[in-house]
Amino acid sequence: MTKHGTDQAHWYQTNFELFEKNLNGEASSRVHAMRKEALVRFAQTGFPTTKHEEWRFTNVAPIAKVSFQPSFEAGVVGLSREDVVRLSFGTAHQLVFVNGHFVEHLSSVGTLPRGAIVGSLASALKGNDELAHGFIGKYASIQENPFTALNMAFVQDGAFLYIPQGTVLEEAISLLFISTGTAPLYVAPRNLIIVGDRAEVTIAESYFSLATSGTLTNVVTEIVAGEGAIIEHDKLQNECAEAYHVASLHVHQKGKSNFISNSIAVGGALVRNNVSSVLDGEYAECTLNGLSVANGTQLIDNHTVIDHAKPNCPSHELYKSVLDDASRGVFNGKIFVRRDAQKTDAKQTNKTLLLSDDATMDTKPQLEIFADDVKCTHGATVGQLDAEQMFYLRSRGIDETLAADILTFAFAGDVVRRVHVDGLREQLETLVHAKLGKGRER
Amino acid sequence: MLQINNLHASINGKEILSGVNLKVQPGEVHAIMGPNGSGKSTLAQVLAGRESYEVTEGEVLYEGKNLLEMDPEERAREGVFLAFQYPVEIPGVSNTYFLKAALNSVRKHRGLEDLDAVEFLKLVKQRMKIVDMDESLLNRPVNEGFSGGEKKRNEIFHMAVLEPKLAILDETDSGLDIDALRIVADGVNQLRRKDNAVIVVTHYQRLLNYIVPDFVHVLVDGRIVKSGTKDLALQLEEKGYDWIKDATDSTLATA
Repeated sequence: MTKHGTDQAHWYQTNFELFEKNLNGEASSRVHAMRKEALVRFAQTGFPTTKHEEWRFTNVAPIAKVSFQPSFEAGVVGLSREDVVRLSFGTAHQLVFVNGHFVEHLSSVGTLPRGAIVGSLASALKGNDELAHGFIGKYASIQENPFTALNMAFVQDGAFLYIPQGTVLEEAISLLFISTGTAPLYVAPRNLIIVGDRAEVTIAESYFSLATSGTLTNVVTEIVAGEGAIIEHDKLQNECAEAYHVASLHVHQKGKSNFISNSIAVGGALVRNNVSSVLDGEYAECTLNGLSVANGTQLIDNHTVIDHAKPNCPSHELYKSVLDDASRGVFNGKIFVRRDAQKTDAKQTNKTLLLSDDATMDTKPQLEIFADDVKCTHGATVGQLDAEQMFYLRSRGIDETLAADILTFAFAGDVVRRVHVDGLREQLETLVHAKLGKGRER
Repeated sequence: MLQINNLHASINGKEILSGVNLKVQPGEVHAIMGPNGSGKSTLAQVLAGRESYEVTEGEVLYEGKNLLEMDPEERAREGVFLAFQYPVEIPGVSNTYFLKAALNSVRKHRGLEDLDAVEFLKLVKQRMKIVDMDESLLNRPVNEGFSGGEKKRNEIFHMAVLEPKLAILDETDSGLDIDALRIVADGVNQLRRKDNAVIVVTHYQRLLNYIVPDFVHVLVDGRIVKSGTKDLALQLEEKGYDWIKDATDSTLATA
């Protein structure tokens, strides 16, 4: 273990004691036992280093160096309703979290179908909600990822969503996470989303920072998809240039369920997105899309795992990166096809557009196939703007800068277009345009 | 309008054009014919500003200005248009979006205001009729999934919207069946004006039955070896290119 690892574990241990004092009697619950177990686990591992295969290309030493202050309260000082509106895409159901804590007066739950729950995890845990207690930590293992252990150790709040079987939610549920403050905070939301059989829902997680210093956001989201459930999960990460962001999304899919993830990362200094789904029933379908737009010295790392555990499941994956300046991108796409999972049809594509000679991309497909009657394809390309296309546009009168913008946005828009929520898609288009445009101005 | 003097151009150190001379006046149609590999397409690309070709000698004056000093987009804004032999597919960019960006770039250069969405759509719909193009192709990504014929029509459609002064059609007839050929040629003829000119680059004579040239030039080994009227094209159709090549070789031999 590195010296930093030991120091950090100690730091979080000390803070944990402070955290326990604030829990007001909740310290005897089952969840609290899980917290303590997770803290022990994190103390054993510390932060991962580049010697770990899963972290080979992403050095989190900058995170380990900072003594982040765990956030025990929302800290809404200076945050207005206008700020919230400005960051929203407009939907009937929106939960607002500030520094990882639910803020009721800035949220609007809206009218919900009978039995549906759209609320905070803190109140679900406090209210002894059986589902919340039963499912938390079930699919996000503290053994595999130190950040997941660290998240669990400080589990406090986040979103708790329950969509009963057969229920269709017309409008998307927006989970808006805003970080504020001037000191480096450790913000660790935990989201638990349970979708019943044949229920349909779209959930958007958005991360923004109004903070003036580098917050560490370490979020874990667990999604349980019932038989035949249809779920779209959109994630936007647009935190400030100093922010660190580690996110783990764990999905467990039953038969015939359809899960779509669109993950768009624009902001942050160091971003790591883990997305994993277990296809644990026949005819379950999984689609993972991702877009990273980076410049400066940003690092955006996407790790995905699709675990085909049962037969007859298709999966589709499209991850794209646009990298400018000295930014770096990582894509690691793991696909397991278990011995039982015959007739698996998995397709993985990773495409990177490099806008600068100093930008770098590490891409690695990882297919582990134990069944014999399967179709698995993967492909990765890393390239620059196409010279033929550039000449074609320019020869019609479009100047070089605009031609490059048009082609770059077309490349990125391919992912943005896959978001089905109109308001969110428009918000994403604006943000991606702005980010690409910023690169041009310099 | 266009004056090419002793133009030499090469790619990767290999000379393709070896001293081309050509003069084009407003209102004229010139056909450039020649066997495969004679440099016809290179000439078209060099005029449009393709950077992979290096001009090693000579000059090109367009309306009195040095064309070779201009970027490709500047040439387009000044009224030079190249209809590509192989139109490029641009996934993710709709045909209308692309054309609007192109047209407004050209208009801006000419000191005109941007067209708004309504005016643009009106213009586009009117110009589509010139090449009898299906409206569904407007909202599709540029050339993506278009048939060979649709791509060529799309080129002439772009030309109809941008209204160039000098249009260079690079093998616009290749890959077209006779009906599509007639439609495309008819479109080009509708766009002819007293003050604009067309250079038709083609291997075969058949397009020239529809777009009747004032002059026909034969390019062999990077040089124009013979010029004449439309009858020259008919002669080539009948006798092939060997006849001219042989004649040139013997001329060179005796010279």
